[in-house]
Amino acid sequence: MEHFLTLMTFLPLLGALVVLVLPRGNANLVRWTALVSTLPGLLLGVWLFQHFDRSVATMQLVERHAWIPAFNVQYLMGVDGLSVSMLLLTVLLSPLCILASWGIEKGVKGYFALFLLLETGMIGVFSALDFFLFFIFWELMLLPMYFLIGIWGGPRREYAAIKFFLYTLIGSVLMLIAMLALYFANTPHTFDMMVLMEKAPTYSHGFQAWAWIALFIGFAIKIPAFPFHTWLPDAHVEAPTAISVILAGVLLKMGTYGILRVCFPVFPLATQEYAFWALGVLGCWNIVYGALCAMAQKDMKSLVAYSSISHMGYVMLGMATLTPEGMNGAVLQMFNHGTVTAMLFLLVGVIYDRAHHRNIDGFGGLASVMPIYTGFVTIAFFAALGLPGFSAFISEVLVLLGTWQYSKPLAIIAASAVVLTAGYMLWMLQRVWLGPVNEKYAGLPDMNWREIVTLVPLTVIVIVLGVYPHAVLDLFGPTLVALGDTVSSAVPAAAQAVLR
Amino acid sequence: MDLGNAASLAYHVPELVLAGGSIVVLLLDVFTGMKARLGEVALLIVAFAIFTIGYGASAQQGYLFNRMVALDSFALFFKFLFGFTTLATIWMSTGSRELDGEHPGEYYSILLAGTLGMFYMASATNLLMAYLALEFVSLTSYILSGFLRHRERGAEASLKYLIYGGVASGAMLYGFSLLYALTGTLDYAELGHKLAAVAAVPGNGAILFIAVTLTLVGIGYKIAMVPFHQWSPDVYEGSPLPITAYLAVGSKAAGLALLIRFFYPALSSAVGDGTWTALHGVAWPTLMSVVAMVTMTVGNLTALRQQNVKRLLAYSSIAHAGYMLMGFVVLTDGGLRAILFYSVVYYLMNLGAFAVLLLVVNQTGREDIEAFRGLAWRGGAPVAIAMLIFLFSLAGLPPFAGFIGKAYLFAAVIEQKMWLLALVAALNSVVGLAYYVRIARAMFLDQPVAGDPEIAVDTSNGVLIGMLVAGTLVFGLWWTPVINFADRSVVFFGN
Repeated sequence: MEHFLTLMTFLPLLGALVVLVLPRGNANLVRWTALVSTLPGLLLGVWLFQHFDRSVATMQLVERHAWIPAFNVQYLMGVDGLSVSMLLLTVLLSPLCILASWGIEKGVKGYFALFLLLETGMIGVFSALDFFLFFIFWELMLLPMYFLIGIWGGPRREYAAIKFFLYTLIGSVLMLIAMLALYFANTPHTFDMMVLMEKAPTYSHGFQAWAWIALFIGFAIKIPAFPFHTWLPDAHVEAPTAISVILAGVLLKMGTYGILRVCFPVFPLATQEYAFWALGVLGCWNIVYGALCAMAQKDMKSLVAYSSISHMGYVMLGMATLTPEGMNGAVLQMFNHGTVTAMLFLLVGVIYDRAHHRNIDGFGGLASVMPIYTGFVTIAFFAALGLPGFSAFISEVLVLLGTWQYSKPLAIIAASAVVLTAGYMLWMLQRVWLGPVNEKYAGLPDMNWREIVTLVPLTVIVIVLGVYPHAVLDLFGPTLVALGDTVSSAVPAAAQAVLR
Repeated sequence: MDLGNAASLAYHVPELVLAGGSIVVLLLDVFTGMKARLGEVALLIVAFAIFTIGYGASAQQGYLFNRMVALDSFALFFKFLFGFTTLATIWMSTGSRELDGEHPGEYYSILLAGTLGMFYMASATNLLMAYLALEFVSLTSYILSGFLRHRERGAEASLKYLIYGGVASGAMLYGFSLLYALTGTLDYAELGHKLAAVAAVPGNGAILFIAVTLTLVGIGYKIAMVPFHQWSPDVYEGSPLPITAYLAVGSKAAGLALLIRFFYPALSSAVGDGTWTALHGVAWPTLMSVVAMVTMTVGNLTALRQQNVKRLLAYSSIAHAGYMLMGFVVLTDGGLRAILFYSVVYYLMNLGAFAVLLLVVNQTGREDIEAFRGLAWRGGAPVAIAMLIFLFSLAGLPPFAGFIGKAYLFAAVIEQKMWLLALVAALNSVVGLAYYVRIARAMFLDQPVAGDPEIAVDTSNGVLIGMLVAGTLVFGLWWTPVINFADRSVVFFGN
């Protein structure tokens, strides 16, 4: 198991290369090859889930090799509870997305090769512990995403793709500056995140302050936090279904993951200082603003996109509290949002494939036309609005519990916003699935086997985690408690001297 | 070592090969019927010259021709770079349709001579020699840029280049004469020693500043630095495509080499821990960091609006000159190393982009972005992917070599805590992507229109593009040999 993470990261890339050399014209062969290339990752994920040591907060499965000694760049991979949960999400959603992409007809080889390249990038981001390596994986995802949206997307795909690309790149270049500044902040210069965390108390206050902000902007664009969110609805609406799933399910989590992985442990003082405004207040704003925007949408996909902005707000809010409840709730919310929102996008994709539009007002009474579909929709919608018994309820409650200890006004606002969520979700349910049948769509076929197979695993997870959240919570509990302690116990250098 | 004229010749083999080769090509053209093969002959001559550079690399370092030029690691690095640039230029020229039947004898002969001039630009250690080398390169460039005499734009390019060049080199010569008036010497090393005393005399500071600024005019014109860049888009557009590539990569690097050798060993002094102190009283680092910011910004913003890919790449190369100047203003060996590293990377990705453009121009006869429309969907998928790699490398995205090059430049600036410069350069990278992606978008996102010709790859161009892609990819993931080579090359003899 010495090269566990390397295998996990690069097997999809190998699959991409195989896909590229397959003979042209046999689309099914390409699809099956792509599906098979994602399965080893899933199996490795299952092994990881079973064998990951949940009792410690330290890095596991660490691989360390010198890469460019002259620049002290290392090939350094490793996972803690935080990364494991995100890795599981990635390897779970990837095969499902391949299944959901079965209907792609144009440039099949290119599509699946890019998708597998994207998977390598995502797994790489969640396992890299060298900042330089992290950055390379982070940027590696831009390229496939640009083409996946730009070539296979909807009518305004070119605009959406370039907007996504440029927004993310602005964040990346700020991250690059902060990363290089961190590199020179230590002697000997290093990108090793574990060393960067260790040396955290030695960074000056001014440096922590601006570097935190630079990194935060880079990550906030990805979350996306208000006011950097405007790329998201465009990208989601134009992206093909599977890409929306991966975008909402995994890519958005990279923003919050990055903050927890870098900003929190490396700049604990700045985190204490800025968490309230940058994460707490902004998170609350995200929750309310995203929900209000969602309510006004006419397109199902853009409604789900805005609901993502709203739900990611809970993640930010939970992180801001630094309490065990809040932090655990935040990461659990990352996982749950990944599964729930993946369901929502897949379900919107199902109706879009049949009706070729997504207007909320263009349907009616689908419940009697497509009963199986409606069953899945109901589960997904109730999960999304945080009904007890479904996974998202647990994470939102944990976040709110943490927030109550942290700031009562924020907790009250965030809790009240749940009503808004229920509002737009139920209103959409009513307009599309209930009421009189729209004759135009009276003959729509119900879900086929492939679509059911895609949705069943997610449904099971959403329900199981609603009843037994510890399956995932246990993974990152110790990691997050340690992280929260690191941040809250950090004291300024001046105060340290006094303490000694 | 410090050799006289006759003794220097033994250490001067690459230059002799180029000079002799230039004449041989001309004679072969006149006295034999092998016009069609002259490209291959020139290719062999350059390859042999590169071989002799490598052969001499282990030799002693020192002054040649009574301190006119230096033989040191720094010069060797650039000679390699120029050699390979010329190699690729000739390679592209043999596969270029627009150059078919256009006096190959003169063309290759002048190209080899121009390369000889670049060699001297990188190694000159005397103001006079530096001026002569620069003028030599300029003269050959004027001819080459107007080589397609029947093309109106070619004539315009050549004339514009000549007029700008004349003014710029005149200004530089005036600057040199002021320096001579202040110190009484043309030798770089002596100049450096005497200027410290000269600068301390009240009243001399202003004259010195004027002299340095005027010198910057001449060199700045060569590297297409704002505000002396206006010639470059027109010249790039009017020149035969291989010459555009030659100017964008070779000529620019030669200018940088001259700039570095003049401002570092001559005008600054090495402190010893890898940093340098600039001449007291002449704030050229501040001046140049402003110029660098303006250069990259102007280049990038203007490139956004270009429809002609040659012009787009011209403005992009202005922007890249700005990026490379980041390494120039920090006064550290690390900065110089970053410039050298970037030159190698820039060579790979920029020549690559020009090589793909050549292929498209050959087969469509057009050089605007529309010519790239749907390239990936009309038989050109491998070429389109290659172009994509070059473009994204130019934009500075990992995992391509351009990112590593940029990372070193940023690192050099950030190490010196020049935050404004770093931030401006960072934002410029984003603007850069916006126009590189326009070509990518045309190739992949746009669909071909009926009537767009299929793009087929011939072996010669395919091999060249393949090698450049390989370099761009490999050095993006494993660049130890390049950075070590660049590191070893930041050594100036006599300092």
